Amino acid sequence: MTAPQPLLDIRNLEKRFELDRGFLETLKLRGGKLVQEKREVHAVNDISLQVAPGEALCVVGESGCGKSTVARLIAGLLTPSSGEIHYGGERIDNRSRRAMMPLRKKMQMIFQNPYASLNPRMTIQQALEEPVRYHNPNLSQGEIRDKVADVMRAVGVDPSWGGRYPHEFSGGQRQRIAIARALTVDPEFIIADEPISALDVSIQAQVLNLMLEAKEERGLTYLFITHDLSVVQHFGTKVAVLYLGSVCELSDTATLFENPKHPYTRALLSAVPQLKDDHPNHIRLRGEIPTPINLPPGCPFESRCAHANSRCQSEQPRPQLQPDGALVACHAVEEGRLDG
Amino acid sequence: MSLLSVRDLSVKFAMRDNTVTALNQISFDLAKGERLGIVGESGAGKSITGFALMNLLSRPGFVDSGKILFQGDDIAQMSDAQMRRIRGNQMAMIFQDPMVTLNPVLTIGQQMVETLMAHRKLSKSEAEQIAIVKLREVYIPSPAERLNQYPHELSGGMRQRIIIAIALLLDPQLIIADEPTTALDVTIQADIMELLLELCETNKVGLILITHDLGVVSQMTERTLVMYAGRIIEAGRTREIINDPQHPYTQGLINALPQQTAPGQRLKQIPGNMPSLTAIPNGCPFSPRCEYVQDHCRTEAPKTVQYTHVEVACHEVHRLHSDKAEEMNR
Repeated sequence: MTAPQPLLDIRNLEKRFELDRGFLETLKLRGGKLVQEKREVHAVNDISLQVAPGEALCVVGESGCGKSTVARLIAGLLTPSSGEIHYGGERIDNRSRRAMMPLRKKMQMIFQNPYASLNPRMTIQQALEEPVRYHNPNLSQGEIRDKVADVMRAVGVDPSWGGRYPHEFSGGQRQRIAIARALTVDPEFIIADEPISALDVSIQAQVLNLMLEAKEERGLTYLFITHDLSVVQHFGTKVAVLYLGSVCELSDTATLFENPKHPYTRALLSAVPQLKDDHPNHIRLRGEIPTPINLPPGCPFESRCAHANSRCQSEQPRPQLQPDGALVACHAVEEGRLDG
Repeated sequence: MSLLSVRDLSVKFAMRDNTVTALNQISFDLAKGERLGIVGESGAGKSITGFALMNLLSRPGFVDSGKILFQGDDIAQMSDAQMRRIRGNQMAMIFQDPMVTLNPVLTIGQQMVETLMAHRKLSKSEAEQIAIVKLREVYIPSPAERLNQYPHELSGGMRQRIIIAIALLLDPQLIIADEPTTALDVTIQADIMELLLELCETNKVGLILITHDLGVVSQMTERTLVMYAGRIIEAGRTREIINDPQHPYTQGLINALPQQTAPGQRLKQIPGNMPSLTAIPNGCPFSPRCEYVQDHCRTEAPKTVQYTHVEVACHEVHRLHSDKAEEMNR
């Protein structure tokens, strides 16, 4: 059996942000001498990922690991420094804004903060109609209105509220409206960047259910960015764990939670506060995440890893396929130095 | 005698022509060295409780009635001068965002020495020695050098450790921590929580942990209060509340967590939203969202009753319990 054609195919994606832009900013005083040096933030380093149709790929990691940058690169809001992004078999990362437009209909994004993603001066009816009208210029006003009302009902927002402004809604309702706006243009792929992190537990469940329903009824494919591992376990079919812009582990959700291999994945899983377990057995990491400016040459996790040796300091690990299908980038796993 | 004893505390906020009730007659006790969790969603009144305990409410908020007895003295009646002797000295507070607590234009050392010298008769060098000891206690590497650093030079986790060190400077009896790790990453959160737990246990410090995260409460505290719309709706031993919650809201909150449902299945959601303080429903505040609601729930506020091992404010708790027992037998 051949694997289905991936809907989204990311190959060796990299993104670096320059910190020193002008010539004068690049001049530094080092040991009494004036030298020219450019500092760069390595936000995303050589990431390759595939998302098959109908999958929900969750990207997890802590702040600064580059997960939002990945989302923005795919959505075309940022241009990669190198690497390629293919969508439905076509390369999309080098397209002009105009050439991206037909894709925006297929690919929609939901952001963390529903307060910032809705224009406060537009009624929600206007906010929801605008993308429909833009992407379907031949629909009549009545058809547009029907479509918007359908979607509003689907996300549990009463269509009669259309004349209200975003500030009149609660956070959970606003996030539903943001989801409704993404759904009005009948997308096939949704990039959700921490869509429920700003919401309360009972509201999180409502929004997560809504996204699951949309997935089943509309056959949506998701790229879901989050730091919350219990949400990953519930929502994702595949998980990519990011650390300092590199993928340390990529596998099926069930495999990852049953048998995490990378030392960082293990530490991350053990750090989640559990409801039932009385005695947490959490793996302590040394120090904190280093800055992504001028990354070390070896494994990005080396400075905090209990299993690091000299090879980890000098050589960057490549993702290796494991017997259970997981991809793990770790010298210690490769050499069987962990527990075996 | 308990360290802290709150009796029928009500906090109100003055509006243009009326007042809204933010805390409605809450009562609880905290023994010396006990760790208590306060959970609830935004708008439940958890943070207001913390502020009221520290006597930090500012206009338009005020304590309308009730007592806050700290070692027998009523905090709600204290003058600013009396309160200053207690605040920071016998009780300390840790906030969510360390950058708000730390003064950005003073070094860590200046802030720690200032706190020490305000409450104790110490020379500057003695105060610095104490500061270094306290920084070492929270596992800050090379503490003597940190004294000369400014808050912006440190990472988020490091800053929160320093906040904890400052809170412990004067060996308080009680620490109130309001979402101390919400702004931090999971791995750092686990470290900070472990540290806080260790310090409270070794120094016999009482802890009130205000959080929305049931997992954190379960790991950190001995007793838990669940708040909803300004009331305590359930109180008891943490383990019992997590394993066998009695109030429909507590049950809903625990069942709504993704780990309580098989992957890919619909989560058990609580319909609706927390009411706003200006529109708290009559009767039981949870009644519009409750699946066990009866007519009297909408008109009559439930009293807190002892039920099995917890205190719970719900009219229908008996019925709810028999339903559950039936489900188990099936």
